Amino acid sequence: MNFTLKIWRQKNAKSKGHFETYKVQNISPGTSFLEMLDILNEQLINEGADPIAVNKGCKGKKVDPVAFDHDCREGICGICSLYINGRAHGPDNEITTCQLYMRKFKDGETITVEPWRTRGFPILKDLVVDRGAFDKILQAGGFISVNAGNAPDANAILVQKEKANESMDAAACVGCGACVATCKNGSAMLFVASRVSSLALLPQGKIEGARRAKAMVAKMDELGFGSCTNTRACELECPKGISIAHIARLNREFLSAKLKD
Amino acid sequence: MTKLVSHVPEGPLEQKWISHKNNIRIVSPANKRKLEIIVVGTGLGGASAAASLGELGYNVKVFCISDSPRRAHSIAAQGGINAAKNYRNDNDSVYRLFHDTIKSGDYRSREANVYRLAEVSNNIIDHCVAQGVPFGRDYSGLLDNRSFGGGQVSRTFYARGQTGQQLLLGAYAALNRQVTKERVKTYPRHEMLDLVVIEGEAKGIIARNLVTGKIERFGAHAVVIATGGYGNCYFLSTYAMTCNGSAIWQCYKKGAFFANPSFTQIHPTCIPVEGDQQSKLTLMSESLRNDGRIWVPKKIEDAKKLQAGELKGSQIPEEDRDYYLERRYPAFGNLVPRDVASRAAKERCDAGFGVNNTGRGVFLDFSTAIERLGKEVIEARYGNLFQMYEKITDVNAYEEPMMIYPTIHYTMGGIWVDYNLQTTIPGLYAIGEANFSDHGGNRLGASALMQGLADGYFILPYTIGDYLAGKILTPKTDINHPAFAEAEKGITDRINKLFDVKGRRSVDSYHKELGHIMWEYVGMTRNEEGLKKAIAQIRKLRKEYWENVCVPGENNEFNQELEKALRVADFMEMGELMALDALNRRESCGGHFREEMQTEDGETKRDDENFMYVSAWEFKGEDREPVLHKEPLKFEFVKVASRSYAKI
Repeated sequence: MNFTLKIWRQKNAKSKGHFETYKVQNISPGTSFLEMLDILNEQLINEGADPIAVNKGCKGKKVDPVAFDHDCREGICGICSLYINGRAHGPDNEITTCQLYMRKFKDGETITVEPWRTRGFPILKDLVVDRGAFDKILQAGGFISVNAGNAPDANAILVQKEKANESMDAAACVGCGACVATCKNGSAMLFVASRVSSLALLPQGKIEGARRAKAMVAKMDELGFGSCTNTRACELECPKGISIAHIARLNREFLSAKLKD
Repeated sequence: MTKLVSHVPEGPLEQKWISHKNNIRIVSPANKRKLEIIVVGTGLGGASAAASLGELGYNVKVFCISDSPRRAHSIAAQGGINAAKNYRNDNDSVYRLFHDTIKSGDYRSREANVYRLAEVSNNIIDHCVAQGVPFGRDYSGLLDNRSFGGGQVSRTFYARGQTGQQLLLGAYAALNRQVTKERVKTYPRHEMLDLVVIEGEAKGIIARNLVTGKIERFGAHAVVIATGGYGNCYFLSTYAMTCNGSAIWQCYKKGAFFANPSFTQIHPTCIPVEGDQQSKLTLMSESLRNDGRIWVPKKIEDAKKLQAGELKGSQIPEEDRDYYLERRYPAFGNLVPRDVASRAAKERCDAGFGVNNTGRGVFLDFSTAIERLGKEVIEARYGNLFQMYEKITDVNAYEEPMMIYPTIHYTMGGIWVDYNLQTTIPGLYAIGEANFSDHGGNRLGASALMQGLADGYFILPYTIGDYLAGKILTPKTDINHPAFAEAEKGITDRINKLFDVKGRRSVDSYHKELGHIMWEYVGMTRNEEGLKKAIAQIRKLRKEYWENVCVPGENNEFNQELEKALRVADFMEMGELMALDALNRRESCGGHFREEMQTEDGETKRDDENFMYVSAWEFKGEDREPVLHKEPLKFEFVKVASRSYAKI
């Protein structure tokens, strides 16, 4: 398969970016999207992006491969991102970009590749963004305060099977940020809700429930993420299919905590 | 000369850890506040260690190469974590878990360490439940278990097919809590490039800020390495793309011994290689072997049709299927340990019975289980794995059997550590996959998560106190010490040297070539001739690398090619040591299969008389042969037996 790629290039956080067009050829349908980007980079290095550099080997600065975040390449680490043809993680459902395969595109298609574009995640280079804000939100209260060595026997805490399952549904969040990038308000509600809800469903998480919901929501607001207006775009693009029902639970937790104040 | 002293305490097996804890020194809370610890890596080992050390009151700096500690590759572990809870009442015990681990490791691990691992396994489950890890449960609300390869009991706790993710998020949450309390400071997108040793003791690291390219110095009273394994030396593996062995390699070059480098685990259930554009291989959890049955056709003509795409697996009648694991190993069946299952698959494929277009694949079939339990039960157990399989291969595994083939998955070898998890450099500790200590020649399934968390939550926080108790009067490490300047200069020179090559070939192309050599000659089976060939080829490739590699861009920017170039430069050296170790170990044990040493049935043949030791290699300088030290393994409490899974 052959493709034309329009890729966002930006030297660093301070510089202005622009689209650059590239062509890739002989891509097999079973190749993943990120492998296709590997092939592009290999090509850029081999040819030299600048035509003058061709036949002179690598001249250092002239060759400029595309920077993109990627790691586990099996849909679980959550580091890969990318807006592909206007959709977070590209044209397939319930996947991260690393699980997107070229068979999902038409031969000869032009594919537009952009980084997450949202106030909460500044661009570092090309397609790489800084999602440090997610760490900060979780540091504000996304935990149960238990030290190693404190715990009772594991079976001393009973958890209803259905609740455990629902908690697991929420805990499946990989922290990729597609929800924020997709939301027209740049809201991190689904991300925050997944953690709050996952812990609120468990007896061991209930104890700090009120404090957690308030602290995490406050941090989210402080870091400049927008509000939720129930458009449900986040749910649609979440690679793990996390339901906005968890946002409802977050709202309940938050409201009841505030009412108690 | 450094001597290997394991510091295993005297006394009966079940008393060793207890009495050791009673005898080692501790640090008072007032003094803990004065002490600094660096932890490199934030997988299960690193994150749990950093969190626990923070809870104790130490000042911790923790480094990771990703944008967040939560990305570490522990997150990808699917199946589960072992513990000797005996919740199933199936006669499991600490001793049985210990014994299964020792046996699975083919009697090449240290008895006392393994027993301790089994002993603390139960604390891990307790702690993780308290942290809010949503483990699978049954209708009574109690924890559920599944079985794993290498055991005959159900002792594996799980959170769907995402156990590693949930445990890591637990450790990461504990870490986050300490960040808020300002006991831990995180350094994301920082890569350790050298260890700083002052007067024989580990005193800090040099790291590169991966966003700005700045080379930075960090000092501490002790350094903990938790950077995982080095399996990416093979290029194609189940590791994440950025997993690397550079941190442990720098420690090795600074004097830490490297133990059993050739011990790598090949996982039997991965999605087979497809074409030459592939960058990594995806694992299908071993838990699938609970209900999936592995087979190839009995008739070679059926195999040929499968390879040509003229026949589907589901069209082959039951009587023409060869369930070769059930046939060869009736007692364990599809749940034989990983190395055994991997070699058996290779044997069938070598004989021409492979089922995919490359002839390097076998079936993992759920039709019997679906018939027995119904599709819903299978979906509840493995739904996300079936979904993942379909996304990658475009095949619905509820209707057609999965295709699998073995690939590199884990490295049992690593930095040599004593019973305290301290390396041969005082003040330098290694935990989790980065050390060698617990898995011998082959790791038991669902034990990697167990070891990472055991080391981080319950072992290192005790043992490191024994060393730090002697440092309470030592002031903070001065990063202006000449040793820091020297280490920093070494790194800057190396980076400049890479840029100066200005060659024609990409880093990846060298990495792929190295991987081919490693897989071909230092892979599932090894022999003397091949290993010698590998060493010669790696040396040649390494020479060429430094003459013709292309590293574009500059140091003082976000530069992923430079990151890779530094890591691959280290793999080029590491691969040689792995081959050398495999060459030296003229016996077959666990995942290390020397073709010269096999039984008539093609099973591993150990040589206990000559090789019952840990090989620990000492670096002697560039282009000089490393020196082999041997730590003899004594088995006082288990009877060393031939490791057979064939008997009923």
